Amino acid sequence: MKKLKSSLTNMLLVLTVISVVAGGTLAAVNKATQEHIEKIKAETLARSIKKVLNVKEEEALTVEDYEDGGFVIHRTDRGVAIESTKNGFGGALKVLVGFDTEGTILGYSILETSETPGLGAKAGEWFQEGQKGCIVGRNPKDTRMGVTKGGEGDIDAITASTITSRAFLGAVQAAYDKVFAESGTDGTTSATSQKGGRQ
Amino acid sequence: MNNLKVLFNGIVRENPTFVLLLGMCPTLATTTSAVNGMSMGLATMFVLILSNFIISLIKNLVPDMVRIPCYIVVIASLVTILQMLMQAYVPDIYDTLGLFIPLIVVNCIILGRAEAFAAKNGPVASIFDGIGIGVGFTLALTLLGSVRELLGTGGVFGISLWGEDYGMLMFVLAPGAFLTLGYLIAIVNKIKKQ
Repeated sequence: MKKLKSSLTNMLLVLTVISVVAGGTLAAVNKATQEHIEKIKAETLARSIKKVLNVKEEEALTVEDYEDGGFVIHRTDRGVAIESTKNGFGGALKVLVGFDTEGTILGYSILETSETPGLGAKAGEWFQEGQKGCIVGRNPKDTRMGVTKGGEGDIDAITASTITSRAFLGAVQAAYDKVFAESGTDGTTSATSQKGGRQ
Repeated sequence: MNNLKVLFNGIVRENPTFVLLLGMCPTLATTTSAVNGMSMGLATMFVLILSNFIISLIKNLVPDMVRIPCYIVVIASLVTILQMLMQAYVPDIYDTLGLFIPLIVVNCIILGRAEAFAAKNGPVASIFDGIGIGVGFTLALTLLGSVRELLGTGGVFGISLWGEDYGMLMFVLAPGAFLTLGYLIAIVNKIKKQ
């Protein structure tokens, strides 16, 4: 077959046809995968909520979700899990923190991260129980959620990743402020929690 | 041209990273660890094989003056499809690699091979070229990632060899990427000359 000439009609026709075919294919694939993607996201979130609240995988847990000023809050009878986002070293750092009713940290999980692998990306383990920067079991009421460097707080920062550590601890603090700062009220007035270390 | 020759051409003689020096942006950015480098290479290979195949099929239907936009539409669609499929069926890999997937669209290896090879050859030869260049790219990225991970964190593929305390962090960060790449290119050229 001979190559088509670059006449205006040919060019318009070919570009249109290719774009329409590409658009159609994308729409079809999107339709086919969308449901599955949503399902996986919901499952992952449900598993993370149980993990950060120290609830066993097989136990049933009724979760009540709502959004409030950039935070997504999941309330359960075992405590509250909060999705909180801060800017880290490589982009948004989204963490899910679980608190009991008193505000003590039960656990956390990193939902979204673009931190440097080998450095800031270690945040997933660094602050867990038994690790150097453990925050589990602490309560932001008594512990300052900041890095020890420069006396900002009481938590050891990840080696060579102070910016990530600051972002992480800032996100935890902001989540705590959101729900517990107003003496245990529901955090319905978000005005005071806004100052919670947002840079 | 013999298909096998096309295949090995991409892996050694025209290795996209060490010889053609194409696609430097993802090469430098994603090789912070061996696994990341390898995954990026494999994802690129998938897109490259399909785009080479499709472009070699439609090459006569596309008028010369609009060929670049046409190729880009094809490549971008393939990348988006890959992204959606990965998100749905291999969410774990997508989590570590998700950020880099859209980068494949602007990887000049893919457009370069479309222009230099697929637009002039048949579908079968184009698939072999895609595999060859893809494997060459994957090997190069894995090697680069391994060296950086080894020097930076003291381990490869997440297995610690002599402990993190003896790693030079610089190699995981951007300057290490340039240094490692430069030395690897020099070594590859030295070996090739002998």
